Amino acid sequence: MLEIKQLVKKYQTGDLAIDRVDLTVENGQVIALIGPSGAGKSTLIRCVNRLENSTSGEIWLNGENIVKMRSGKLRRTRRSMGMIFQEYALVERLTVMENVLSGRLGYVGFWRSFLRKFPQSDIGAAFGLLAKVGLDTMANKRADELSGGQRQRVGIARALIQKPDILLVDEPTASLDPKTSRQIMRLITELCEENKLAAIINIHDVALAQMYAERIVGLREGRIVYDGNPDDLKPNVLSEIYGKEDWTNVRKQKTKNKNSIKEIPNTDEHMEEMQ
Amino acid sequence: MNDIPENTQKLGVTKMETAAFSENWSPPPFIKNPLLRWGLLLTFILYLSLSIGSLDVNWERIYVGLDRGAKFVYGFMNPNFSGRWTDISEGIIESLIMTVTSTAIGIIISIPIGFGAARNLAPLPVYLFCRSIIALSRSFQEIIIAILFVAIFGFGPLAGVLTLSFATIGFLSKLLAEDIESIDKNQAEAVKATGSSWWQWLNYGIQPQVMPRLIGLSLYRFDINFRESAVVGLVGAGGIGATLNTAFDRYEYDTAAAILIIIIGIVMLSEYISGYIRAGVQ
Amino acid sequence: MTKKLNPKTRVWHYRSRNKQLISWFIWLVATALFMYCWQRVSESTTWFFVWDAPRIAGDIGYRMIPPRWSYINELWEPLWDTLNIATIGTMMAIVMAIPVAFLAARNTTPSTTIVRPIALLIIVSSRSINSLIWSLLLVSIIGPGVVAGIVAISLRSIGFIAKLLYEAIEEIDHNQVEAVTASGASNLQILIYGIVPQILPAFAGISVFRWDINIRESTVLGLVGAGGIGLQLNASLNVLAWPQVTLILILILLAVILSEWVSAKVRHSII
Repeated sequence: MLEIKQLVKKYQTGDLAIDRVDLTVENGQVIALIGPSGAGKSTLIRCVNRLENSTSGEIWLNGENIVKMRSGKLRRTRRSMGMIFQEYALVERLTVMENVLSGRLGYVGFWRSFLRKFPQSDIGAAFGLLAKVGLDTMANKRADELSGGQRQRVGIARALIQKPDILLVDEPTASLDPKTSRQIMRLITELCEENKLAAIINIHDVALAQMYAERIVGLREGRIVYDGNPDDLKPNVLSEIYGKEDWTNVRKQKTKNKNSIKEIPNTDEHMEEMQ
Repeated sequence: MNDIPENTQKLGVTKMETAAFSENWSPPPFIKNPLLRWGLLLTFILYLSLSIGSLDVNWERIYVGLDRGAKFVYGFMNPNFSGRWTDISEGIIESLIMTVTSTAIGIIISIPIGFGAARNLAPLPVYLFCRSIIALSRSFQEIIIAILFVAIFGFGPLAGVLTLSFATIGFLSKLLAEDIESIDKNQAEAVKATGSSWWQWLNYGIQPQVMPRLIGLSLYRFDINFRESAVVGLVGAGGIGATLNTAFDRYEYDTAAAILIIIIGIVMLSEYISGYIRAGVQ
Repeated sequence: MTKKLNPKTRVWHYRSRNKQLISWFIWLVATALFMYCWQRVSESTTWFFVWDAPRIAGDIGYRMIPPRWSYINELWEPLWDTLNIATIGTMMAIVMAIPVAFLAARNTTPSTTIVRPIALLIIVSSRSINSLIWSLLLVSIIGPGVVAGIVAISLRSIGFIAKLLYEAIEEIDHNQVEAVTASGASNLQILIYGIVPQILPAFAGISVFRWDINIRESTVLGLVGAGGIGLQLNASLNVLAWPQVTLILILILLAVILSEWVSAKVRHSII
């Protein structure tokens, strides 16, 4: 069980990303976290995994406070939280198998992982998961050879091989087409049900959230403004979450494209090399 | 085609017509502030006339030299490989040996320093320490370092190897650090989120991203070290430089040309091979 | 086929056996090569001097301090020469490199079978030979002095500037060139309106960057007699006047920092 108590996250710039959030996720419960861009959805789950440190408040997972943990303990706790990322965040130059096995890094020692000598049970589990997401023939392909939907499936396998208690899912469908989005959402929710996993899924798409989640939490400007049944998500509630005027536009701004800033080639560096 | 920059420069300094409805149009100047624009131009012309004026050209000597220049060009057409072949081959082999040794030592030392000089990995004190090593190595030309090392370690290839290793550190660590600083953070973060240890995080999250460039840069530095190994010999730090120096001193342009042709050939070969390897590791 | 395998018992190897062997083999060869080279270096080293090195380094360090500040009055002129060598040398190199670059770029060269290889050969020859060696050659031909330094710097810089410039030319946006061509422009007009504006920023950046490198390089050309502050460095080293060496090194350091600052400033204002 995950319990977030009075969580506050204030950035150094002074922006208040999360404002006194209380949230309890029961075992096996799939929650969709909806809200406009900048509402603090990503920040919230990143605080849970401690990729970012919260300013104040408590986060309890299975009776232990994550906020207070030191690095060794934190690493062990991270194993029980599987993360799935918006832009897949696969290590592009590693193979599919290595990416999936990287989910076991918290369990094996450095030299084993360095030499890629994972225990057979891990390799078996990896093949099993790849079969489940339909990629078992691609194990030795490099991640950057895959399509968007395939990459996200690898991301899911990587999260599940951790044998987590909870999945933290950040905009899993943001860079995918509508059909693939549905497939990915169905896959995530099915796997959660099968493994009795809890999940927090950040998602822009309200329709998808209603379709696949059993509980919906609406976030606006870092605060929870709705928490309840998907069916009770009426237009007036949506205007509360997304603001009165623009909530109908929600579906249009489906892609957030956080990382789409085109990289300008560094000519300085190239010249530097030329000396 | 030589008139292109002149041409654009002319465009840049043409006075802009102020009237909005004037029938004349000329392109807007490159530097908007007219005072700065004319000032810069004037300073530049002044500097140029002063510097050219201060050149002490000995035309007589140059006239004499033309003859030698012709001899060099002739030597280039008819390089003499055989006359001093033992000296040449020993020098080239020593240069290659120095190149291999110094590149290897340089790479081994550069990797930890490069990681330490990446702001997104290293804590501030380590960062500053590594950056100052890099700055020190990059500030002086190889030849100056070579002079000091020869004075300290004595004549011979060891001084050259140490010089080139030191220069390699400045080059490789800096570019490696910049590459590490520009990695895709998401990939590294995803590995961290699985509960990996710091070393595992480096191995899975960082290393795959920087490896191709590290290999490319190392191969490129091999090239540079070979070219530089010809230079450090001028001050007694081993390699082909000493032979080359002697050839010039004795006005044996055909031998000098032979050495230069070998150097160019080896650089071309190594560029070709490294291009091949680089394509392989992409 | 794979579908039938039980995932639990499927084995996976990071590399296939052959790849593993090849990788071990490469490491073995590399290590052996390094050991052999190191051994050769070691053979031609007088280790007695090396063991004595810390003492000698300490001794030199002791003699280098304090720098002989009064010597600075004899350094202004060499410093001015150094600046001139770098600046005039770079300008001459630019003038010569531009045509070479256009001849070397695939999309502007008049002939890929004859002209382009020649241009590329010019580039690689210029780049392969260090400016000190160019200086050595020129001092031997036209005698010692600033002119030899200027010519050496420009000969070395042609390859650098031309290579970066031709890469920039090859990367231009072809649509813009087509648009100019479509308006009925002549070849020269296409060049000036379609290509030059696209490469101008890169060109300016490359030139300034090379100037910065040339300042560094021209500080040492004097060691072989090609003018500049290196002459004083050489003279001081010959008489073991270490306090003067210190002062010269400090001056070189300042010149390098200053030129790097100027070049970074100019390049940022261009971009």
